[in-house]
Amino acid sequence: MTTPARIEVRGLTKRFGGLVAVNDIGFDIAAGEIMGLIGPNGSGKSTVMKLIMGIERPNAGTVIFGGVDIAGWPPHRIARAGIGIVFQHSRPLHRQTVLENIKLALLPDSLLRLVSAPDVETRAIAIAERVGLGDVLHRHPGTLPFASLRRMEMAKAIARDPKLVLIDEPFAGLTAGEVAAFSELIRGFRAENRAVLLVDHNVKGVAALVDRVFAMYLGERVTEGTADEVMHNETVRRVYMGGDLAAIARRPAPASEKPTLLQLDRVGVLYGKARALDEIELQVREGEFVSIVGLNGAGKTTLFSAVSGLVPYSGAIRFAGRDLKGTTAGTIARGGLVQCPETRELFGDMSVRENLDLGAADRAAQFAWLLELFPILEARRAQMARTLSGGEQQMLAIARALMMKPRLLILDEPTLGLAPVILEQLSKALERLRQTTPITLLLGEQNVTFALPHADRVYVLEHGRIAWSGGPAQFAEEMGAEYL
Amino acid sequence: MRSLSRSRLLWGAILLCAAAAALLPWWLSAYILGILTVAYYFGVFAMAWDLLFGFAGEVNFGPTFLIGLGAYGAAILDANFGQPIVVCVIAGALVALVGGLLLVLPALRLRGPYFGLVTLVAVLLLQNFIVIFAHITGGEIGMTVPDVLSADANANYWYALAFLFVCTVILFGLSRSAVGLILQASGQDAIAAQALGFNVTKHKVAAFCVSAVFSGMAGAMLVFYEGAASVDTVISLSIAVQVIIAAVLGGRRTIIGAVLGSIFLILANEFLRPLGQLNTFVVAAGALAVILFFPDGFLGYALRGRQRE
Repeated sequence: MTTPARIEVRGLTKRFGGLVAVNDIGFDIAAGEIMGLIGPNGSGKSTVMKLIMGIERPNAGTVIFGGVDIAGWPPHRIARAGIGIVFQHSRPLHRQTVLENIKLALLPDSLLRLVSAPDVETRAIAIAERVGLGDVLHRHPGTLPFASLRRMEMAKAIARDPKLVLIDEPFAGLTAGEVAAFSELIRGFRAENRAVLLVDHNVKGVAALVDRVFAMYLGERVTEGTADEVMHNETVRRVYMGGDLAAIARRPAPASEKPTLLQLDRVGVLYGKARALDEIELQVREGEFVSIVGLNGAGKTTLFSAVSGLVPYSGAIRFAGRDLKGTTAGTIARGGLVQCPETRELFGDMSVRENLDLGAADRAAQFAWLLELFPILEARRAQMARTLSGGEQQMLAIARALMMKPRLLILDEPTLGLAPVILEQLSKALERLRQTTPITLLLGEQNVTFALPHADRVYVLEHGRIAWSGGPAQFAEEMGAEYL
Repeated sequence: MRSLSRSRLLWGAILLCAAAAALLPWWLSAYILGILTVAYYFGVFAMAWDLLFGFAGEVNFGPTFLIGLGAYGAAILDANFGQPIVVCVIAGALVALVGGLLLVLPALRLRGPYFGLVTLVAVLLLQNFIVIFAHITGGEIGMTVPDVLSADANANYWYALAFLFVCTVILFGLSRSAVGLILQASGQDAIAAQALGFNVTKHKVAAFCVSAVFSGMAGAMLVFYEGAASVDTVISLSIAVQVIIAAVLGGRRTIIGAVLGSIFLILANEFLRPLGQLNTFVVAAGALAVILFFPDGFLGYALRGRQRE
């Protein structure tokens, strides 16, 4: 490397209890370089960012910045040393104007300076104009669109004149046009010879911007290189997609004359001001297994929450011919549309049997059938749900959803964080469900290799929009390369 | 510029209200002046609480811990050592300051409701302490102090008003200063504030100190107005709840709102007295309704209205 490293991270390790969230991570970022730190949910990338900023204290490792080891310093000292962070979510001062919010970042950390220095105002205005907030200086944050709030966060980070800028999910919730504008801002940092660390779920989002990518999975380094190299890395593809697409056993799609069970018409969801779902059109027929694949943050969980009546939405969702608008989540679930959430939502201090009993009426028969489906639960029936392994918890969560005898079962990321051997068991259980019951399944997955064999049809969700839909056979040909 | 004009407007309003209030003794009876006098001390209690909760974001369910320390500190010094009132009030403020620093320890370790629980327990402990050491503190009956500010209702009223005015200028000025901005940021998102280079701990400790000193001073002043200190007037949880309701009614994070809320609450309590037992119920129900429908309080609502324009 020709330029000396601005920040050198070595052997960074963080444990939360028994969980090793970050294990022996090391990298350099030079001045005027943009590095992407990527990894799926739970990979530890956000923890690395927090460790650098001092929000979490590392258990081991060094962070050399400007020749000094700053590992373990409190955040305000690290900030003063020249590291700035742009949070994905932060609470601005709502009573204050945009200008005052930016001025805050320019104030000295003093108890005695009651009046801010006279140049603070002019500097704040200059920064606001640079990030494109010149027209809304005197508005309050609550009245601004989401992208402008992100610009304000960016402005606050710039105000400290940091030598290294950490940016958490720079483009989450932004439209294509806004992404372009933000990319320009971030390139501006590089032009000013600042070092930049972008933390994101996937390479694709930041590929156009970064000089280098560092990929993580389960707290470990996977690979490092240019965006292109990382995207084509064997391990990265396995982590994101579950393996090689060509190996998937394809099954013929069944005839599609069955009646429609679930129909989504132009469904949109807003989280505050961030658009999480946009004009979703989707159809599930009776008895069909439909997979929705997409990376973390694409909007899968939001889509399921809208269908289950957990978040407000625009557009129409019809289930078994009835419009679900205005129906409570409880009524929807009793009507036969049952969701098994990504977070599993088990009752940790109840036994396996008790968790299942919360499910439904015809207990004994249902229970026997479920134990056949997931034999492992038989052995665990008296054990507290909290003490089960991740895979067992997932099976219990699915079993509990099945206790309600759903017509349509929604599984949100059932494979999240599970070992391959468990995936196989889950796979078998799903196959049995298809063969022995008339159930309809809507499966949300990031792991394409898991999702495709269980799909009659596939939808690809990207940035809250349906990017592609079709049969599993076409997926590999048409989408395989572009998915990451 | 608009925020500046709004600030000027509020300062103007403070001056105007203070001037108008100073003329009230020529209009009002000694009885009503007495009620307002108490309301003004309450205003300082509520302002000090608002600085800690509204700005620093520390959930303090026991404002009377600090108030009571100041009140009893001053009363004991006066009754046992016969010091002049000024000395006693300063001493009361210092005792409260020590109490405030004691609260800092749990505040830095615990979050939100857990710290709130500690502050509640602090009030109960102080109450027990006073009952147990009845030979010094007068126990449940309370203690009288030999000195009072004045026997004249008008003079007492002006003392209270002047005290309120000075406290308002200092606390409101502080809240609008650069330091106030940092404190608000620390209260709302401590991590984000730290990431901007602010030592959040330092600012929060300062907020505890300021809040404690003003609470303690006001508690001591109230003692020298009433000529007595008792658990029922400066420590009991019902007083603590009233202080909080007053600040919330007036509008959190506004400082001045706390004064408006206090005056309203104390006057309402007094004028509804003919209702007998129903009095407290009506006042509480009214306060609840305001909090439900205008969670930003009187002043918060008014300011928000201007924002929406």
